[in-house]
Amino acid sequence: MRRLAEGGRIDRSQLLNFYFDQRRLQGFAGDTLASALLANGVSIVGRSFKYHRPRGIMAAGPEEPNALVTLGDGALAEPNLRATDIPLQDGLYATSQNRWPSLGFDVGATADMLSRFLPAGFYYKTFMWPGWRYFEPHIRRAAGLGPAPTTVEPDPERYLRRYHHCDVLVIGAGPAGLAAARAAASAGLDVTLVERDVEPGGSLLWRGGTVDGMDADGFIAGLPPLRLLTRATAIGYYDHNAVTVLEHLPPGGPARQRLWQIRARQVVLATGAIERHLVFPNNDRPGVMLADATLHYLRRHAVACGQRAIFVTNNDTAYDAALALAEAGVEIAAVADVRRGADGDAPRRARERGLKVLDGVTALATTGRGRVSAVRIGDIGGGGGRWMEADLVALSGGWTPTVHLHRQAGGTVRWDEGALAFLPDQARQAQRSAGAAAGAVTLAQTLRGGHEAGAAAAAALGAEPSVAAPVAEGCHVAAPRALWQVALPPSAGKQFVDFQNDVTAGDIALAARENYVSVEHLKRYTTLGMATDQGKTSNLPGLAILAETTARPIPEVGTTTFRPPYVAVTMGAVAADAVGEDYQPRRRLPAHDEHVAAGALFEDFGPWPRPAAYLRPGEDLDAAARREARAARAAAVMFDATPLGKIEVFGRDAETFLERIYCTPVAGLKAGRIRYGAMLTEHGVVLDDGVLARLGPDRFLLSPSSGAALRVHRWIEEWRQGEWPDLDVRIANLTHAFACVAVAGPQARAVVARIAPALDLSPAALPHMAFADGVVAGVAARIARVSFTGEVQYEITVPASHGAALWRLVQGFDEITPIGIEAWLRLRVDKGYIHVGSDSDGTSLPGDVGFGPLVARKTGDFVGKRSLLRPDAVRPDREQLVGLVASDPAFVLPVGAQILPGQGVALPVPAIGRVTSACFSEALGHGIALGRLRGGRGRIGDTVEIYHLGRRLTAQVTALPFFDPKGERLHG
Amino acid sequence: MLLIDCPWCGPRDEIEFVCGGESHIVRPAPEVDDAAWADYMFMRTNPKGRHAERWGHVHGCGQWFSLVRDTVTHEISAVYRFDQPRPAERD
Ligand SMILES: [Zn+2]
Repeated sequence: MRRLAEGGRIDRSQLLNFYFDQRRLQGFAGDTLASALLANGVSIVGRSFKYHRPRGIMAAGPEEPNALVTLGDGALAEPNLRATDIPLQDGLYATSQNRWPSLGFDVGATADMLSRFLPAGFYYKTFMWPGWRYFEPHIRRAAGLGPAPTTVEPDPERYLRRYHHCDVLVIGAGPAGLAAARAAASAGLDVTLVERDVEPGGSLLWRGGTVDGMDADGFIAGLPPLRLLTRATAIGYYDHNAVTVLEHLPPGGPARQRLWQIRARQVVLATGAIERHLVFPNNDRPGVMLADATLHYLRRHAVACGQRAIFVTNNDTAYDAALALAEAGVEIAAVADVRRGADGDAPRRARERGLKVLDGVTALATTGRGRVSAVRIGDIGGGGGRWMEADLVALSGGWTPTVHLHRQAGGTVRWDEGALAFLPDQARQAQRSAGAAAGAVTLAQTLRGGHEAGAAAAAALGAEPSVAAPVAEGCHVAAPRALWQVALPPSAGKQFVDFQNDVTAGDIALAARENYVSVEHLKRYTTLGMATDQGKTSNLPGLAILAETTARPIPEVGTTTFRPPYVAVTMGAVAADAVGEDYQPRRRLPAHDEHVAAGALFEDFGPWPRPAAYLRPGEDLDAAARREARAARAAAVMFDATPLGKIEVFGRDAETFLERIYCTPVAGLKAGRIRYGAMLTEHGVVLDDGVLARLGPDRFLLSPSSGAALRVHRWIEEWRQGEWPDLDVRIANLTHAFACVAVAGPQARAVVARIAPALDLSPAALPHMAFADGVVAGVAARIARVSFTGEVQYEITVPASHGAALWRLVQGFDEITPIGIEAWLRLRVDKGYIHVGSDSDGTSLPGDVGFGPLVARKTGDFVGKRSLLRPDAVRPDREQLVGLVASDPAFVLPVGAQILPGQGVALPVPAIGRVTSACFSEALGHGIALGRLRGGRGRIGDTVEIYHLGRRLTAQVTALPFFDPKGERLHG
Repeated sequence: MLLIDCPWCGPRDEIEFVCGGESHIVRPAPEVDDAAWADYMFMRTNPKGRHAERWGHVHGCGQWFSLVRDTVTHEISAVYRFDQPRPAERD
């Protein structure tokens, strides 16, 4: 509870101011927020999740269940951070959580008094449908952690991602990890060592001990060259030795956090072990801590966690902590050992130095206002006992090896009855555990195990360490004794197992009585281990109590699944710099600046920002699109069609190949001519449609739709390589190499004639569905006559580097209006041209969307052909593409509206079709729509009822196209 | 997160690839009956253990190839080109 005059790995010359619940406090560089709070005598750091009981700091590492704070405020606020993991900085601003109005007085604490009404599974039993929605907001407020930031500002911090490869990755820079990294690096291997703490050394920094006669600093200074990351926590272990590591960067660095994805040939897990608490009534009072944490705060931060301490332990390790605190001037009232006559070196040393050691006893209760003031020590069976005054109760319930990453890597564990722990057993990947993570207890064992793991990793890579294993003095350790809970009735007080989620031994017993005897069910029913600490201290006691309650051995109960991440990760770190404008690379149209100058309203289409319309003053998107559509029918429009796919297929067998890819005929297409084509999946479903041009005897140019260009390229490559490697075919996706401007409308020919004067544009020389190569503005261009609009239309393709110049050239003519994608797509509705993915879906066969006659002309095999012969594919009542015109001609049917199976039918009823595209047709002066209707081609002229958001509308089913059915305009 | 040894590019991260499902599926002629076509379309061996499957290095060299992956351990025991047969199993 106070800072010692000397010692610790803190820099007393650097005094730091910080704030906790708006109180200004001071600490030193080298403190954590937790150590600084302890040094300032702050006992209560939070309120518990369910019962709002006051809680204090319990641990010194990432296993801390109680000391959760919100760091920063506004857009920088980050909730649910462990005070034990936060290095103190000047100006640090921390706020406690889950209390109202304040830590000292909390209204929600009445939940504790009402707790007999809040047993395990209470919410499941009480707040059931249909009432849940009324209760939920209140429950969410009463039981919770720190709130997510409510600010609308984006996170102003930067986050980075880094990919890294190495020979050997060692996780944990305690004695085992240091020995492993030293061995592997001495073998000449590329070693990366990651440590979650601010400096390497691990337990050497607080438990002490000498390695090869040196202290931690000396040993670390003598390491061979390797890459060391500190404040870097390995959070996930994935297939093929891919490990993710979350690194916190210092203030002023390039980013706040950096997420590493490390691929290592060999991995050593030196992740240590986590001390467990003991489970007894009211074991959650502030001032009750883990024994090793008290040693940690003493040696690392020169903080004595109390003035009069009682240690309660079931193993030897707490004795060294008790001795160290005694030497620092803390009064040790007693060391209560649940064992009798423990003969380890540490208990013997403690007795020799005069510590009062009580055998065969444990803690049975605590008392105190706000903080513990006394603890009742009595028989481990729960009987007798006497109160002993103490303001610090240091617990050691044994050690749980940190096998999280080993389990994530697919490794198995086995129960070791002697160690009272699950230890790593079989590894499935190229990894091995060492040190306390593998069950080592003494420093000598830990160093030897670390060295052996490093040497084994090196051997697996054909290398050999050039150093001998580091040595430390050995010692005799007595075995721990299991004491999972105290056999006292509930009236004796709550025995907490999971502090963060307020799960008690009684909750586990109740769950078992209600037959939640699978550990996975227990977890979900009681929420044991489901908090942000993921049960680091509580999972093993919890499952041991379940085993005891159900009279089963612990290995039979087993563990829950260990899932990444090991500690909570911010979404910022996961997203890294792939946010906002950098979310994905953007494709920029060559004439982008020209579009901006022309007033374009951009919308994203895949990676392309494309002009939806060119707004004039006072216009919205709809008004602009209507004006542009009218211009297309009356004069001429220009459209940036650059994203349209351009895939060249060439080789001796190009025609044979494409004949198999397209469901429409390819053979017989003459050079210089263009055909409409569609391709199917092997299920017979329409994958894409577009045109293809024959450039020469063995050369074709495919124009898949803009959104499908990449997909189509991959698709036909897979068929070429996988199914028909014998064909002489090559495929090149040239989509981004060229820019394309489409000019359409009754005056399109006049415009194109002026930019390509050498070209004969007469319908006889360049008819619809033909192309010619020429020169436009001094650069080679291909001019193709195709039509998406129903008008005479030329697509002028030039190298992408000339795209902007081409746009400017065409834009210079008076009769030209730039047209955006919104009006462009409306024009095709006039013509009944489908848009794959809007008017078709994953069930649409070519016959459903009007390609039937084209497909019927093919004789040979093609992708998807056989699927078109399935009984389902030839049903007469398939959903077929039709036109729809609302009975109110001014009305535009809503896309997505459902077609009902009759007039005035009662709802709900299965729909028989739906509206898939709709717009107001400028050419016709009324609303038109495309839709899919069961057996639709046989229902032309029928009136159907359409349902949309509570409204019933009527429409007439019509044939397609709506406009210029003979195609006189586009052939003109 | 597999590490896939592309026969053309060497070991690359899984995110550069797409999986194309089981290898060595023989595409029948369109004359087969519905049952045979359904078998080709939908029936796969789905083993617990070694599985030959197609992967495309679509964000790399663009080439497709086969590999043998253990569906339990994800161990990749063989990588081979489409013009090579599935290698004989070890152990
Ligand atoms: Zn490759």
